[in-house]
Amino acid sequence: MIDFEMPTPVSRQVQFIGMLGEQVMRPRARYYDDHEGERPVEYTSLIWQTVRAQGGRNFSADTSERLDRDGRPRPRIGYLMLAHMVEALSWGDAGMYLATPGAGLGGAAVDATGTPEQKERFLRRFGEGEPKWSAMAMTEPHAGSDTAAIRTRARLSDDGREWILDGEKIFVTSGAMAARDSAGFVVVWATLDPSAGRAAIKPFVVEAGTPGMLVTKLEHKHGIRASDTAAIIFQHCRIPRENLLGSEEISDGRSSGGKGFAGAMRTFDATRPLVAASAIGIARASLEFTITYLRQRGVTIRYDVPLHRQTAIERDLRQMEAQHRAAWLLVLRAVTAMDAGQDNALEASMSKVKAGQVATFIAQKAVELLGPEGYSCTLLLEKWMRDARINDIYEGTGQINRLIVARRLLGYSSRELR
Amino acid sequence: MISFTPGDEQQLVIDTVRRFASEQLRPLAHDADEQRSTPAEVLTRGWELGLLHNAIPEALGGIADAQAALTGALALEELAAGDVALGWHLLLPATFAVPLARAGSDAQRERWLTPLLEGGYAPLSAALIEPTWDFDPTALQTVAFADGDEYLLTGLKGYVARANDAAALLVYARVGDELAAFIVPRDSAGVAVLDREQHMGLRALPTYQVRFDGVWLPAASRLPGTIEPLLDRSRVALAASAVGVARGAYEYARAYALQREAFGRPIAQNQSIAFMLAEMAIEIDAARLLAWEAAWRLDRGLPAMREAALAAQYADEMVLMVTDRAVQILGGHGYIREYPVERWLREARGFPTFLGLAIV
Repeated sequence: MIDFEMPTPVSRQVQFIGMLGEQVMRPRARYYDDHEGERPVEYTSLIWQTVRAQGGRNFSADTSERLDRDGRPRPRIGYLMLAHMVEALSWGDAGMYLATPGAGLGGAAVDATGTPEQKERFLRRFGEGEPKWSAMAMTEPHAGSDTAAIRTRARLSDDGREWILDGEKIFVTSGAMAARDSAGFVVVWATLDPSAGRAAIKPFVVEAGTPGMLVTKLEHKHGIRASDTAAIIFQHCRIPRENLLGSEEISDGRSSGGKGFAGAMRTFDATRPLVAASAIGIARASLEFTITYLRQRGVTIRYDVPLHRQTAIERDLRQMEAQHRAAWLLVLRAVTAMDAGQDNALEASMSKVKAGQVATFIAQKAVELLGPEGYSCTLLLEKWMRDARINDIYEGTGQINRLIVARRLLGYSSRELR
Repeated sequence: MISFTPGDEQQLVIDTVRRFASEQLRPLAHDADEQRSTPAEVLTRGWELGLLHNAIPEALGGIADAQAALTGALALEELAAGDVALGWHLLLPATFAVPLARAGSDAQRERWLTPLLEGGYAPLSAALIEPTWDFDPTALQTVAFADGDEYLLTGLKGYVARANDAAALLVYARVGDELAAFIVPRDSAGVAVLDREQHMGLRALPTYQVRFDGVWLPAASRLPGTIEPLLDRSRVALAASAVGVARGAYEYARAYALQREAFGRPIAQNQSIAFMLAEMAIEIDAARLLAWEAAWRLDRGLPAMREAALAAQYADEMVLMVTDRAVQILGGHGYIREYPVERWLREARGFPTFLGLAIV
């Protein structure tokens, strides 16, 4: 039955993270925006306690089966919960949220494709000791959306005991913290045979500090500056043969049990709504701030007056509110489908397209509405506008996601609609 | 617990109304628009779906459950996907009956609601819109003054559907600063039904201007309940209907783009067309979710003024964008009346105006 009632655990979690955002993230948001490349320690130290206590799985959904008092399975809310957590953390500060220590994206790849032995070896560290990060390295200077065109090579050493990686990766989120500044690791996507296309592209785990893996550059970004974005070079980087995740066979995604390249693409069904949720968090921050700011200065928003009696500000704010809510509902639809175990690729990409666009629209409008104040660095609005912009770019640009939506709706393959 | 899946009974309503809309409404839509009339038989057949009864609580003779507004929104989307003018014509009695059920007195319900629910289709109707550019439901120009145990009603209304043969109209008017609604028998002295109106769209639904020239009404003809929430119920109905119109246009344009070839392949294989369709689909879904949430709040008895207003505003803009693009995707054919998309564009533009013509 169609219902909009939020489960109590979710509302409680949102409230808790809201306090964290207000007390720990917001007060330091400007500082880390001004000091790009510094680790936001107030947040990372605090959140590490929680992440460590949960065995290091910072943003993986709880998909375990729980029973209610009558022994019936409860509806799963893992991804619903996750979307709300990401939204609420991004409301606090999107850059800091991205710098959350823990198993993260790289850990998710290990979790999804690793053997029990690999999981133990790579994931155990996130439940103990100092904060650690993992990262995912896919994009290369010449290959962004076109992931199948990556050139980083993986060759077996002569004695067959090691993989030797050569290539260059860019735009690695938390790359410096994962590869250099903590005892983490990087999951590197490389090809066993450039002539074999997607089938030969495999994920490899490279431990922090491995000789031959070099962080060459930290990007200077428009926004989300509390999160490091690294370029990493691999020069004859030797890693144990057991660090390949999944099968060594060059085969299509189907015969490798969905754990190869196609499997990696499918994880986007789970992560895209979360990027959308992050976008919505920034949008809500901008919207709430703007409305409160204007209300305190005597501006009212009326909802019952017709168009011709609305002020220009009212019209803008109403549009921002409606767009915000519409985008968030699309995100919720995508994650509830995920929780129900349904194919949600269409809904996931729809929510990403919409939220990526809406966050930017709202944040840009908020700066406009507050005029000289909105543009000033005394408020966070201008920062949120810069933070918001990434959401229409990473984890699939708005255009790539439109392509995915269109293929689904039209029943076209990637060959038929290019 | 949050869910975007209709329940079994709601799905039954969707399936039933969808079949009716595609088999009975859509095939009539072109001629009904051209001839500016609705065949009487389709209203009779549509009445048998029992959609009005679905909107009226059981205690008052209907069969509505706790999700009446939501179910109404689902039904309106389906009707409008078939044809909005015919669909609203079919549900016209609801614009009279739902306000009585929500805000009427026992005597008013007994006099008007009971016979309507027990009988066949009857063109009872409502008069909210005033034919001025600056029409404002919160500051109506139609006014009623209390005088003893009577009211004196004066004003001019437009977009009054079936005013020519409705036995009674529900007339919205201002009493001092209050929004009020009165049951006005059409043959009351001082009621003048003027010429039939001509509009860009919605042509199968005959509407009239009606002048109230000092109409004396007994005090008991005023609905005793609060009237503002009825406007929220209409905004939700409009939003859901806009979603239906947009969906009809999107589905038509999609099918056309898959089959129409240019330069040796279907035009849908061009990103410029495919992306338009993707955005249309996303916006339709977004507007639908807003409409559902507002309806859900109405059913829960939660404040819904803001949500209904935002859903309606969003849907107004969405349906114009979607139908306009449908015309563009069909190119020259989109501009020809033989194809339905130009009609959908004509109807879409009216949604910011249509307040009061449908209700959940």
